[in-house]
Amino acid sequence: MSDTHTQENTHEDGHSEDPSRRDFIYIATGAAAAVGAGSVAWPLVSQMGAAADTRAAGSIEIDISKVAEGQQIKALWRGKPVFVRHRTAAEIAAAEADDAADLIDPQADADRFVPTPEGNINPAILVMVGVCTHFGCIPVGEAGDFNGWYCPCHGSHYDTSGRIRKGPAPKNLEIPTYSYVSDSVIKVG
Amino acid sequence: MHGPSTYEPKYAASRWLDKRLPIIRMGADFMAFPSPRNLNYWYAFGAILTMCLIVQILSGVILAMHYVPTVDGAFDSVQRIKRDVPYGWLIQSMHATGASMFFLAVYIHMFRGLFYGSYKAPRELVWILGCVIYLIMMATGFLGYTLPWGQMSFWGATVITGFFGAIPVVGESLQQWLLGGYSVGNPTLQRFFSLHYLLPFVIAAIVGLHVWAIHHVGQNNPIGITEKSKKDTLSFHPYYTMKDGFAVAVFLLIFAFFMFYLPDALGHADNYQRANPLVTPPHIVPEWYYLPFYAILRAVPDKLAGILLMVGAIGILFVLPWLDTSKVRSMRFRPVARVFFIIFVIMCFILGWCGARAPDDIAIKIGEKMVDGESVAYGMKFVTLSRIATIYYFAYFFPILPLLGFVEKTKELPESITKAIHEGTA
Repeated sequence: MSDTHTQENTHEDGHSEDPSRRDFIYIATGAAAAVGAGSVAWPLVSQMGAAADTRAAGSIEIDISKVAEGQQIKALWRGKPVFVRHRTAAEIAAAEADDAADLIDPQADADRFVPTPEGNINPAILVMVGVCTHFGCIPVGEAGDFNGWYCPCHGSHYDTSGRIRKGPAPKNLEIPTYSYVSDSVIKVG
Repeated sequence: MHGPSTYEPKYAASRWLDKRLPIIRMGADFMAFPSPRNLNYWYAFGAILTMCLIVQILSGVILAMHYVPTVDGAFDSVQRIKRDVPYGWLIQSMHATGASMFFLAVYIHMFRGLFYGSYKAPRELVWILGCVIYLIMMATGFLGYTLPWGQMSFWGATVITGFFGAIPVVGESLQQWLLGGYSVGNPTLQRFFSLHYLLPFVIAAIVGLHVWAIHHVGQNNPIGITEKSKKDTLSFHPYYTMKDGFAVAVFLLIFAFFMFYLPDALGHADNYQRANPLVTPPHIVPEWYYLPFYAILRAVPDKLAGILLMVGAIGILFVLPWLDTSKVRSMRFRPVARVFFIIFVIMCFILGWCGARAPDDIAIKIGEKMVDGESVAYGMKFVTLSRIATIYYFAYFFPILPLLGFVEKTKELPESITKAIHEGTA
């Protein structure tokens, strides 16, 4: 008698025996738990990123008229140095001549500048993030095999345009986001 | 654990406790643990390392009472600890020297494991847990070295966190997330302090697993054969508590020598300069215990490949139990493997030497030549030497050890530990 009852139960009363219904409850519970765990974990992970005040202190203005020819200044921007180099005519010529050279990270010298208010390129004022693209050391100016910059940490050589020419660094010195506020002032960031 | 418990509670109170929480039994069984009777002094480094961990946690907790984890306060607070805090000079020196002593002991412990085949079945997990401990030790040491906020602290942190920037696609975001900003700064220092305080307790927990595992499978020994009878073993206490105690005392003499007489010998002079994000020191070097890996990193001209090799140098240790195919554990009975092992140790030292020097300097001078009217030495550069040593480092694990298991003719193993002792070969 009880055998018959069980069989009937399996065949007709699918309420407690239907495997697909049971699976759905397991999956739905698991999914809700995963979403819950994720939404608790996210703030714990996200708090480690740059805070609002850190991100807000993101732009500076630099007076480029004070940088004499052949001179370089360093300004602190986002905790990193920005190089503003007033290049000599010889350095500009060397950089432009090397546009056709075998470059590790190919880029023309002219592409490493933003336009002045008149819409021209001022190749004398080179603005770069002074951080080696290898492991973040600060390269030394007017040094290295290409008379540009040389990183003392692991021996990367950059040319007078700040392009990587020799050594372990993978990329050219970065050009930050900047613009000319006037002929003599630039805004970085 | 290993064998039935022999503890008998003697008093009413200890019987009461034993029925509810058998903690005395656990300690008593630990002390009575049957250890192979032929353990030599190379086996004392487990006890020495336990002592090192306790010293680091104790001195570290005290230092945290006086240290200020901000970019404005860190450097000065460390100087204040050294000069003004009562016995601060001693505790700071104990912690800084202690880190070096900890690594010295762990390297000897690891080389011992490599020589006596302590990573082989059934001790694979003991070895892997040890590798995890070593990895967390490296992280803890790096985080701690950032805290004094000197020039080497800052630039070391910049270079190491730069590794994450090399990961394709997500690298830059990941790096900013780790730093809490665009570069190493105050948020970085504060989180490094928090994690530096946390990780030693994680190490302590994994040490617990490491010791649990070794007590479950039993200790290896210099001849690498398993104990066959009670005659082959000795109770841990008093035999090895005494032997380990003596070794710890000798080790403490070396520790004390550095701590009192050469507290700065293992550090770097640049770290007496306050961190300056605008000036990179002319020659960035990590602490001595990372130098071999630093040399591997610089052996390759490609950034990502260098990092992968460096990570791989530690990663390969994790799979070593399955790379070494020889059935014989101890290298005492492996005449060929022993030679390769000795070369391996030498290569590790050479890598350390290369890591300390500039890549383009001359390591092995062959002669001098005239360049532009100046006499310049020429010969093998450090970068070349580090490449040779790097290749050997990896070759030792693969293919040397896997192949040797098949081709090497090992010496005959003794019948038992006791027999080996009577024959004078243990």
